[in-house]
Amino acid sequence: MPETTSEDGPGDGVQIDLISAERMSGKTSMEKIRMILDGVRDGKIVVLEAGLTPDEESKLIEVTMSEINPDGFSGIEIESFPQSETNDTGLLGRLMGKQSTSKLTVVGPANQIQSLHKDETLISALVSRK
Amino acid sequence: MGLFAELRDSISRVSASLFADDSEPKRIGIYGPPNAGKTTLANRIARDWTGDAVGPESHIPHETRRARRKENVEIKRDGKTVNIDIVDTPGVTTKVDYSEFLEHDMEKDEAVRRSREATEGVAEAMHWLREDVDGVIYVLDSTEDPFTQVNTMLIGIIESRDLPVLILANKTDLEGSNIQRVSNAFPQHETIPLSALEGENMDEVYEKIAEYFG
Ligand SMILES: Nc1nc2c(ncn2[C@@H]2O[C@H](COP(=O)(O)OP(=O)(O)OP(=O)(O)O)[C@@H](O)[C@H]2O)c(=O)[nH]1
Ligand SMILES: [Mg+2]
Repeated sequence: MPETTSEDGPGDGVQIDLISAERMSGKTSMEKIRMILDGVRDGKIVVLEAGLTPDEESKLIEVTMSEINPDGFSGIEIESFPQSETNDTGLLGRLMGKQSTSKLTVVGPANQIQSLHKDETLISALVSRK
Repeated sequence: MGLFAELRDSISRVSASLFADDSEPKRIGIYGPPNAGKTTLANRIARDWTGDAVGPESHIPHETRRARRKENVEIKRDGKTVNIDIVDTPGVTTKVDYSEFLEHDMEKDEAVRRSREATEGVAEAMHWLREDVDGVIYVLDSTEDPFTQVNTMLIGIIESRDLPVLILANKTDLEGSNIQRVSNAFPQHETIPLSALEGENMDEVYEKIAEYFG
């Protein structure tokens, strides 16, 4: 069979998508979330150069929950480095409609990531190849 | 008008203005990861001030799968009355695997149903956090590592909405409880230790609820 099913991803490898901040910048919240979840549901690890705003993160959790089903998708693992204090937009920025986005963010399918571990400067993902 | 009537009038005027805001109780969401003790806390608050409970508690994660509300809980502190609606929410997570419920002696059908309810409940709780909550009590199991992505994201979401938040380090009655680790994780917020199960330090919890949400 030449085709692979979408759940298994291509072959038995693991695809990692690194998405630049530029590519994300023009997108709406829902477009970003769709892009992340479509990738993750295809078994990919999605790495975002610039992460999501808190509001987008809460929507990501909400949409993830609504898509979980017993036979295919059991949710996501996510880790990110927080925005450093120095360029925090703060209250004024938020009032002006700017929300600070977290920095580098890694998202992957929960059933394939055995562990996603973070300390201050390193995110480490252990992915099963099944 | 006699002195007594005058006095009574002015007292009722004062109390009318004191309680003017009480017609609209603040809606306080109890959030936190699964199994932290949110329902145990919600039940204790409800029992202490209204006499009845909010919902069942259980050692099985995702016991609470629909947010439950206890309305008009009046908490009295230092002559001040704070009127709140308590919303006990399902433990927030980014993944739910029905097979984990099978470990708790559940049939597959029930495990699947339970996980579906859990996901719907979490989605709803996240939605409310963006739309419908005036303040948050964030409950953590102080025997567990607080530095998780879910905790960080949720506190970030709460901060971005400028909601008042109290962090409760629960289960202080247990051996492995580490209150310092919780306050280190969120130094920008006040951490209050308690045992919701044993009722330890509830006085301080009520004081802070009155201070933050009054
Ligand atoms: N030792 C101890 N156990 C507690 C305490 N608070 C709650 N528990 C226990 O922790 C377990 C989970 O409590 P719940 O109140 O159901 O937790 P929850 O946060 O509502 O959980 P979900 O609804 O599943 O998200 C139960 O077995 C409780 O008895 C506490 O202060 N000390
Ligand atoms: Mg509960």
